[in-house]
Order: sequence, then structure tokens, then C-alpha cells
Amino acid sequence: MTLAVDIGHTLGGFRLDVSFDAPPGVTVLFGRSGSGKTSVINAVAGLLKPDRGRVAVDGAVLVDTDAGRWLPPHRRRLGYIFQEGRLFPHMTVKQNLSYGRWFAGNGATESMDHVIDMLGIGHLLSRRPGGLSGGEKQRVAIGRALLAGPRLLLADEPLAALDEGRKAEILPYFERLRDEVSVPILYVSHSAAEVARLATTVVVLQDGKVVRQGPAGEVLSDPEVMPTGVRGAGALLVARVARHHDDGLTELEAGGAALFLPMVAQEVGREVRVRVAAHDVILAREKPVGLSALNLLPGTVSAIRPGDGPGTLVSLETPAGTVLARVTRRSAQALGLEVGAACHAVIKTVAIAPEDVGGL
Amino acid sequence: MGWLGPEEWQAVALSLRVSFWATLVALPIGIFTAYALARWRFPGKQVVNGLVHLPLILPPVVTGYLLLLTFGTTGPVGGLLEKVGIVFAFRWTGAALAAGVMAFPLMVRAIRLSIESVDPKLEEAAATLGASRAWVFVTVTLPLILPGVLAGAILAFAKAMGEFGATITFVSNIPGQTQTLPSAVYAFLQVPGGEGPAMRLVIVSVVIAMGALLLSEVVARRAASRVAGG
Repeated sequence: MTLAVDIGHTLGGFRLDVSFDAPPGVTVLFGRSGSGKTSVINAVAGLLKPDRGRVAVDGAVLVDTDAGRWLPPHRRRLGYIFQEGRLFPHMTVKQNLSYGRWFAGNGATESMDHVIDMLGIGHLLSRRPGGLSGGEKQRVAIGRALLAGPRLLLADEPLAALDEGRKAEILPYFERLRDEVSVPILYVSHSAAEVARLATTVVVLQDGKVVRQGPAGEVLSDPEVMPTGVRGAGALLVARVARHHDDGLTELEAGGAALFLPMVAQEVGREVRVRVAAHDVILAREKPVGLSALNLLPGTVSAIRPGDGPGTLVSLETPAGTVLARVTRRSAQALGLEVGAACHAVIKTVAIAPEDVGGL
Repeated sequence: MGWLGPEEWQAVALSLRVSFWATLVALPIGIFTAYALARWRFPGKQVVNGLVHLPLILPPVVTGYLLLLTFGTTGPVGGLLEKVGIVFAFRWTGAALAAGVMAFPLMVRAIRLSIESVDPKLEEAAATLGASRAWVFVTVTLPLILPGVLAGAILAFAKAMGEFGATITFVSNIPGQTQTLPSAVYAFLQVPGGEGPAMRLVIVSVVIAMGALLLSEVVARRAASRVAGG
């Protein structure tokens, strides 16, 4: 399945002009608030009628303004997971889950039992949404969208309304969705950590325009792409779980280099993706000794991008992949950093939180 | 009912019948009108809104006279309807029409308020799950506005029970035909020795009004607790 979007729309003084293709997997629309992410996903869902353009899923045309075609939302067969859940308050959880399924008829392919089991909501079925926690509501909302038999799942910042603990609770369900369910997902987010964990493809939006699109690892490790500012910058490393140590650390192997992380709940041999935030990386010209940090990656500087403030963003090519480091301009000068310079990246083990590590 | 005389009992029964049908027929039209006023944007919306509220503001006698001009057997609408066998003038159906028209604004106001309190985002969510507009209304909007609909219906019923001015102007005060409870009270008070029956009818109408009010409270509370806490 592929989703092809090419739309233009004017909302007040805001001009949206977006064109991208989404291959199978999770495509994340990434950008800060006000960049037009929600307008794009609403145009795909049919909740916004774009001034011009074309949206097609797998060749089925949902919108084509040139051909005068516009399919109303209820005939698009998409599953939409909203930020606020939007469960029907007058129905039980079970009735909420069955709602879309009833309209889909035999178009619904996912088995009810499998979805309930996967989301762990079996004990909630007879409850009403009013009494559920935010995380429970969102799991039911995921199930409801999935059970409608959609050809594409849409999710608009589904974790934004949750606190950190609940976010960590829901994120794995989206990973399972990506890995176990064949339905592709269009996911809107402004959180670099979410993008790093979920995205197969990233489409970066800025002021209503696509500034970059491509595979997640490539886009996120590009220092030019910082839709949420330099604070959100970070690289994505792909690694394999090598062994779990008795002292609570997990050793990963990435391109021949070893990385030590707080316990990663994945089996040995599994591939994981690790997001290393640029502000958690320290650079050293010489191989440092007598240092408490466990992770030391040798590399070569491939790009230096000065920021607006005193900071600068340095890309380092290491055996594990591209690592981004945010250092002050003063340090960059003192160290004589320039493209081609040999360097070591120091990453504190505890700086990498469990949220930064996801299954692949 | 031995306590009420046959004429009094006739008036009570007629009033109940008139109010029941007035409410029942007005309800779907009221829901539609309330929905249109709450959710749609169309030219002339303020005119429609004004027309709906007119019976609330006009003297009831004026409303009754306008009904007589329109729905009387010589009126433009009444003449047409007479050809298909529907007659309003000086029949209980006319009393029901007058009661329905007078109660309509109250009903629409109550229902419109409850529709405006329904989050359109829930209706959007239903649409993305495959529900057409009609299904969205039946499965999401209607259940959520049920307390408002019931409140509107009960309010309309109570108003219809008490309607006097428009009714007496439009269909007069014919015992057994158009003499509703308020008309009967009025008629009894016009003749010597009528205070007794009038007082009994007053008690009946107080009981019915209080009963309707209590019922609406119970129903609204039950419906509200059912949908509480989104």
C-alpha cells in the first residue's frame, strides 16, 4: 500500500502546499505545532476539503479536485486515532470497539479477540469511557480505529494529551501495530523521540511545506533537519542486542562498536533503534581516559552547522552510524573542529532513557 | 372518575389527547429545526429563527387569528387540506395544531441547547468510522441529546396543556370538541355556580403540571448519568 498526497489549501493567512508519498510502514508527519500537520491528516481523512489536490490510497482516489472527486469521510475506510480519543460517552467500551466494525461489514479483517488481546483491554469491555484513564481511553481508541477495517490508519498526536508515564505505556502498542498489523499508519507528531521510535518514513513539515522526506534514520541524522529546533536534534542508531549484563546494563553492538545502555527489554539478537539526543553527546579530540561514561565512539566530523545561539551542531561519522553532537561554538573552536577532523563521541549510558529505545 | 363531572372529565381527556398529539407531531419537526438552527449555515437562518420564536412573542390571540386565516376552511392551506379530508377549524385537531404551534418555540429552544452542547468532534469521529450523516445522527447525536429532547417534549406537553388564547381564537370553545381544560375553566367561571367544577379542574391541572415536571427531572437525571463524564 502506498499513500500519495498532493494538496494545496489556504486557511486564513496560512498557506499549505504539501506533496509526499508514503510507502508501507509508519510514515510520520513531523513538525512543530502550526506547521500544518493536522490539516494534512484531516485532508486525508476527509474532515478538511482542500482547495486543490489529489489524495490516493493504493490507487483508490479519495480526493481529486481536477476530476471533481471528493469522497465523504464515511466512505474512505480509514481509521482515525485522535489526540483526545473521542470515544462515544454513551456507549460501553465494547460498543465503541464494535462501532466502526458494524459499518465496515465484512470489510473488517482484524479479529476482535486479537485486537482486544493485543491492546490489553479485555477487562474494560463493559465499562463506559467516562471511568477510564487517559491511557486506557487511547488504547480503546486505537482498537476502535483498527477494527473498522481501515486501509490506512491515521493518528494525530495520539500521545500528546498523555503524561510521560502513559506515553511510555501506549508507545509499545503503536510498535506492535507497526510490526504485527499490515495496515500502514500515517502518524502526526512533534516529538523527536516518538518519531525515532516509530517512523519508517519521515516527512518533515515546516510552515505548510515539506522540507524533507525519506527513511527515518537518514532524515533524523541530518543536522539540517530540526523542525522542533536544535533542542530536539538527535541521531538514530540501529544496533543489535549483544548481551544483558548482571549489573542491569544491556550491551548493544552497532557496526562493530559496543554500546552500553540501561536494561533494554528485548531478546538477545534483536535489532533495536536507539535515539541519541545531540545534547547528550560530548566530543573529545583525543581518546579520553579515566571517564565514567561507558560509550566511546571514534569517528570523523562530517558537518558542522552553527545554530542561532551559542551552540553548534556537529555530525560525526562513526562505525555505529551518524551521531549528532550539540556543543558550544567556543568548544568547537577550542577543539579545532572542522570537517574531516578525527574525534571521539562520548555518550553517557544513563542519558539514554527506555523511551529512546524501540524495537525494529 | 366520580369526582369529576362528565363535562369536566371530557375537558381533561380532550386536553390530554390534544397535548399528546401536539407534542408527538411537533417533536420530529422540532428536532429537525433545532438541528438546522444549531448546526447548519444557510441564507435566511435568522428569518427561520424569528418565525420559530414568533408564537412566543406574539399575543396568543394574534397567533390564533393567523391560524384561523391560514388553516380555516377558507384559508389558503386549510382549503387545500380540506380537499384531502383534513379539517382543522372547530375540531380537536385544530386545538392540537394551535397547542403545537404555541409549544414549538419552547421545544426547539430546549433541544437546540442540547445539540449545541454535543461536541462536533464526536460526530467527526463517527464519520471516520464509516457512519453516514444520518447514521451519525441516529447513533451519536440523538442519544447524546436525549435529555434535552425529553425536557423539550415535556415542556411542550405542559405548555400545550395550558394553551388557551390561540386555541379559543382558532377553534372556539365547543364542549367535547374543542373545549380543553383551560377553556373549560374559563367557561365555568362565566356561569353562576361554576366555581366548584372550575376549582376541580384547577387542581387537576396543577397535578398534571407537577407530575410532568417531576417526570422530566427524573428522566433528565437518569439520561445525564448515563452519558456522564465523556
